[in-house]
Amino acid sequence: MPEHDSEKKTVLSASAVERTLRRMAGEIVELNDGTDNLVIVGIQRRGVQLATRLCALIEESEKTSILQGSLDITLYRDDLQTIGPRPVVGPTNIPWGIDGKNVVIVDDVLYTGRTVRAALDEIADFGRPARIALAVLIDRGGRELPIQPDVVGKQLTIEPGDRVDVLVDDLDGRTAVVIVPTSGDAAP
Amino acid sequence: MTSALGKDLLGLEFLSSEQIQLILDTAEPFKEISERAIKKVPALRGSTIVNLFFENSTRTRISFEFAEKRLSADTVNVASSGSSVQKGETLVDTARNLEAMRIDMVVIRHGASGAATFLADRIESGVINAGDGTHEHPTQGLLDLLTLRDNLGDLKGKRVCICGDVLHSRVARSNIWGLTKMGAEVAVCGPRSLLPNAIEDFGVTVFERIEQAIEWADALNVLRLQLERMTSGYIPSSREYNRVFGVTRERLDRAPRDILILHPGPMNRGVEIDSDVADGPHSVILDQVTNGVAVRMAVLYLLAGGKPELAEAAKGNSR
Repeated sequence: MPEHDSEKKTVLSASAVERTLRRMAGEIVELNDGTDNLVIVGIQRRGVQLATRLCALIEESEKTSILQGSLDITLYRDDLQTIGPRPVVGPTNIPWGIDGKNVVIVDDVLYTGRTVRAALDEIADFGRPARIALAVLIDRGGRELPIQPDVVGKQLTIEPGDRVDVLVDDLDGRTAVVIVPTSGDAAP
Repeated sequence: MTSALGKDLLGLEFLSSEQIQLILDTAEPFKEISERAIKKVPALRGSTIVNLFFENSTRTRISFEFAEKRLSADTVNVASSGSSVQKGETLVDTARNLEAMRIDMVVIRHGASGAATFLADRIESGVINAGDGTHEHPTQGLLDLLTLRDNLGDLKGKRVCICGDVLHSRVARSNIWGLTKMGAEVAVCGPRSLLPNAIEDFGVTVFERIEQAIEWADALNVLRLQLERMTSGYIPSSREYNRVFGVTRERLDRAPRDILILHPGPMNRGVEIDSDVADGPHSVILDQVTNGVAVRMAVLYLLAGGKPELAEAAKGNSR
């Protein structure tokens, strides 16, 4: 990540992200009434990193191991005909049956809700969970579909053109949440 | 409407190494879809694809059909027998009539070299070459590359020898183009009567004896002896061919290293390849078939899209 990003505004620092995830991990366990049947599925790519962190936090506090999977929703998007295929399709990894499980979908930013719509469709092709919940680090508003999160890290009000980037250590070299103005051209 | 690959896939000759890399990388996640209980994703929902096969085919046609169906495209199969082709309709007329029914892509196999390009120049739908005469069979070349990459890693500097009936083989041509673009060292081996004139101009090494090829190679791609295309005596007999050029267990046992064995099928067992090699531990012939579906899904997916430049604008905008 370039360091000359003066117009980028940091909303959450690394330690704030960590605190937020810790609270979210607690809420996920509470929502699920424990960790029985709990499956955490991250959406490629940053949702996967956050899901890994959430799983580690839950495993630490609950002293148990959690099933973690990943979803790439590229092939379930509703806009292939208009935007063209995204060349890079990431791996989907849900190797166990999810019938009767409590699935928590994890993503970095919730905006229009279209990604989550696609994720719900994809999960339905893998089985019939007892329930599906949604956990997001950032809810930036601007929904185009009737989809709401169950566990939210932070709510932000952001200009429609601007972008929220969640940076994670593994992919970006540091952890933070930043707002990038419209003119910014860095890919998320 | 141009995708990352353009409108059509006509041959590996016309692709850059970056485009080939993109197809192989895109095929990777598609492998997983075929392992699911519900082997289907909605990526090409609403697209109509016609499989136009003027030559017999089991593997390629079914592989394309699986790839199309697993991407949720609607498919129609047209074979030359039982269609208006038998009444003398020309290739272009057949395709234009299909196009008038509003289709998105045509997968064509034809006995004439250049048929796919000829068609692509004359219709608006995307055209995928599923084998044209002795010219190219790009998706076979791609699935061979993917299988080699799965087993050997980066292909740069790897030694692949294409054995047998290179003269009649579109698979050989697609392999030579694809492998050299990916940086592999390529050789061919077969009787001179079954090697094209000036094959050296492709930048390949020529081995006159199969033992030399086995000594040199990391992988052998053993071609089918295309007896049906042989109009005159290219070889004395299949038995003699097997004795001199057959890939046999005894010959492979003398190799300095384990050699990966590929064959595009259908095999003439006991002619170009012996059964204990085809079914042996280093044979990846069935992996090729599995990879074929994933590669074709990747090609269809990449060709199907609208405008990739708009993908940039949509990024971060439609979470």
